[in-house]
Amino acid sequence: MKKTHWYDYLWIWAIIYFALGFFNILFAWLGMIDFLLPLGFAVFGGNKYFCNHLCGRGQLLARLGGKWKCSRNRPAPRWMASPWFRYGFLAFFLTMFGNMIFQTWLVAAGAASLREAIKLFWTIRVPWGWTYTAGLVPDWVAQFSFGFYSLMLTSLLLGLIVMVLYRPRTWCSFCPMGTMTQGVCRLKRMGKDGASEKENV
Amino acid sequence: MLSKRYAWADRSRCVACGACANECPRGAVEILHGCFARMDAERCVGCGKCAAVCPADCITLLEREARV
Ligand code: SF4
Ligand code: SF4
Ligand code: SF4
Repeated sequence: MKKTHWYDYLWIWAIIYFALGFFNILFAWLGMIDFLLPLGFAVFGGNKYFCNHLCGRGQLLARLGGKWKCSRNRPAPRWMASPWFRYGFLAFFLTMFGNMIFQTWLVAAGAASLREAIKLFWTIRVPWGWTYTAGLVPDWVAQFSFGFYSLMLTSLLLGLIVMVLYRPRTWCSFCPMGTMTQGVCRLKRMGKDGASEKENV
Repeated sequence: MLSKRYAWADRSRCVACGACANECPRGAVEILHGCFARMDAERCVGCGKCAAVCPADCITLLEREARV
């Protein structure tokens, strides 16, 4: 049997995070941890410790699809783990992230007004106003929360869909954070031995 | 006695997610510098648990060379 660590329960954190967003959208900011930690590990440590041990979302997908049998457990189409799709999806995701920052900036500059809604799959607008009392924080802080939560929820839903259709952690094969951190790690190992694709042993 | 087969990850497809390492009952998988998974062929018992969960479907069970 494998030893269980405290961090093996971080899937609960993933559930709490999404639940909090149903009550108060400002909790969306906590999701920044899931952005900065993996990048920190990759940039400073040259590893994917976050993906490998700390990612609540990955654990939740593994658990739901594995132990709780919500996955068909079929291999995903091969293009889903191909470099062009992974980097293409990363580029798309970063563009959408940039757009979200831009919207936040517009609100901060007074050029747009706060929209108390979240956007699923970058198209479907869902009213989400009950999670925020106007005037509590500067408008841009709230705008960022709605935008960021939209991204988090959209990617979770995508992850759940491919979990059901294919293998539990299929999302991880094209997750933008996963692609980005692996990319950073590879850059850091460039020219050094032990991590080159050429030594495919 | 070594098992008949052992696991091998194709580095051109591996996304270094660590799903295989979490599944391996023998602790035979290491995620090398956040780049790829590497299986310790000596430790691997060829159970195939890693291959069954790999989201990139990049793990193959190879036959060990017949040893005398
Ligand atoms: S690939 Fe994405 S979802 Fe999967 S473990 Fe890494 S950060 Fe989490
Ligand atoms: S599960 Fe597959 S893609 Fe993930 S680290 Fe292991 S071999 Fe690589
Ligand atoms: S085949 Fe079994 S023992 Fe070998 S690396 Fe995969 S999970 Fe571990």
